[in-house]
Amino acid sequence: MTLAAAGDTFQLDANVFDYVIIALYFVFVIGIGVVARRQVSSSIDFFLSGRSLPAWVTGLAFISANLGAVEIMGMSANGAQYGMATMHYFWIGAVPAMLFLGVVMMPFYYGSGVRSVPEFMRRRFGTGAHLVNALSFAIAQLLIAGINLYLLASIVNRLLGWPLWVSLVVAAAIVLSYTALGGLSAAIYNEVLQFFVIVAALTPLTIIALHKVGGWNGITERIQPGPEQLSSWPGTDLTGIDSPLLSVIGLVFGLGFVLSFGYWTTNFVEVQRAMASDSMSAARRSPIIGAFPKMFIPFIVVIPGIIAAIVVPEVTALKAGEDSGVTYNDAILLLMRDLLPNGMLGVAIAGLLASFMAGMAANISAFNTVFSYDLWQQYVVKDKPDAYYTLVGRLATVAATIIAIGTAVFASGYTNLMDYLQTLFGFFNAPLFATFILGMFWKRMTATAGWVGLVSGTAAAVLVAVLAEGTLGPLSVGVLPLSGQGASFVAAAAAFVVDIVVSIVVSMVTRPRVESELEGLVYSLTPKESLQDPDAHTLPWYQSPTKLAGLGLVIIIVLNIVFR
Amino acid sequence: MPDEKKKTAGAFDIRVIIAALLGVYGVILVLLGIFNATDAELARGDGLNINLWGGLGMVVVAALFVTWARLRPVVLPPDFEAEEERKRQER
Repeated sequence: MTLAAAGDTFQLDANVFDYVIIALYFVFVIGIGVVARRQVSSSIDFFLSGRSLPAWVTGLAFISANLGAVEIMGMSANGAQYGMATMHYFWIGAVPAMLFLGVVMMPFYYGSGVRSVPEFMRRRFGTGAHLVNALSFAIAQLLIAGINLYLLASIVNRLLGWPLWVSLVVAAAIVLSYTALGGLSAAIYNEVLQFFVIVAALTPLTIIALHKVGGWNGITERIQPGPEQLSSWPGTDLTGIDSPLLSVIGLVFGLGFVLSFGYWTTNFVEVQRAMASDSMSAARRSPIIGAFPKMFIPFIVVIPGIIAAIVVPEVTALKAGEDSGVTYNDAILLLMRDLLPNGMLGVAIAGLLASFMAGMAANISAFNTVFSYDLWQQYVVKDKPDAYYTLVGRLATVAATIIAIGTAVFASGYTNLMDYLQTLFGFFNAPLFATFILGMFWKRMTATAGWVGLVSGTAAAVLVAVLAEGTLGPLSVGVLPLSGQGASFVAAAAAFVVDIVVSIVVSMVTRPRVESELEGLVYSLTPKESLQDPDAHTLPWYQSPTKLAGLGLVIIIVLNIVFR
Repeated sequence: MPDEKKKTAGAFDIRVIIAALLGVYGVILVLLGIFNATDAELARGDGLNINLWGGLGMVVVAALFVTWARLRPVVLPPDFEAEEERKRQER
């Protein structure tokens, strides 16, 4: 177990001012929870603010749920290791998928009236695909919650110098009480507040880091192993695929299409937030508005990682292949240690804690919803009063927190968390997206094909991971010359292709469902009026989903060209 | 009812909450930047007083949020509670 490797190597020297700033953040978070709780009984202000908030807030909440550990530690780690190629996760990955969700998928989701991805699966394919989907989603949430918890605990460990296992337990207890106290009604407020604290933490860090390194010119002159790290394409270092052409294909198809579309268009934590909006156009605008800050977040996440690899001696040594006792995941913490004075250090720590807490809270609450309603109520104990399932949900929250501690111990064995996360998304999300998109546009697809496709797609991803080098640690036999992120892209692509092929073959030999049962679930069988916004023509251009999405597309093309 | 005061979200407006937190952070940082910036601390960032400038930035952002919330308050529709009640019964 390499758990100890993360501890003891360095600490952040926080003083009383930093603790005051961190404590203030907790006062606000808990205050929002308490006020939300009190306001719930008398209905009004709090709920209403959530409902009547303008679309910029819904959009920010949409990306905040994702602005957890993956983004901040994982992407700055990638920035330190691979340089500008990390931008692909935002400009090829997230943004096009978010725009696609707003323009193409959202009218369908909203118009067909489903409330969650597992619910869509159940109505489209029956209980087989639903069970596979709900189980794999629940397991994935537990694993990701564990990663968020591990990162949260490692901050507490740096800050207070506690042993990592103590930090794990305490951090889990904090998240549990925050989730219990804040509840769902406070979620949107905390997510939006969290977004601004993170930006307030990372923007000054980026500015002082740029000042220290001598601006963009300083980066260009000093980056190691050479200036090719500042080119995002073809990203051969990132993918680990030697051929530039295959690397580009891996990025566009594996990361851009399968992984990111799978994540952003089918992940129920994200999608449900937009689906809950009060009008079709607001629902469509949420992911599109979220895409704009999403384009610029890498500048305050990836750039600090790149600079850390230049100005922080330990990370420079690590990149030169020496064992300096740190990992790439430490890059942003080390940069904070070296550059930030007390005061700003407190804001930075509060920002990181905010991000990991909210990330973990989102995973845990998504887990308990799916567990209580999609698994327990559907398959184990049916037809009990509502209060019974609320109790199940509470117990599931506690159980999930305990399991997340175990998962955190497991996650700590990986030096680069992104490998681990991408592998997971390959296993769970890629086949889900394939089944979803095929089932949505091909009415002939059968119920059997639904679950068989999902299972075989997931199996294909696992098989690729086992054949690759080190993707699953000692389980991987190394037959295929793939490692790191490239192996994840290929595993995801394999899952997608196998799922599509198997679904088509199985559909041909099994009986299709009656068309009348599929109305609202399959594109060609859904009335076109329910896919359109009746007010669309009255909106000004900046409120029109398609025009906004077009603008977003132009900006990411420009960004890709400028930083090619 | 033209002269009845419209009910607004007031202090529960998320913009006011964001402004409060950023504003307090900003003031603390500016004070630290003015009174507590030792040469050793400044040397870490090659002389850039990030507490002072970052703090000022946060105060400005907080002021912008308050101004925005003042100019465009979140107004609760008068029949909000009745509407909520009706929806609850429909479910």
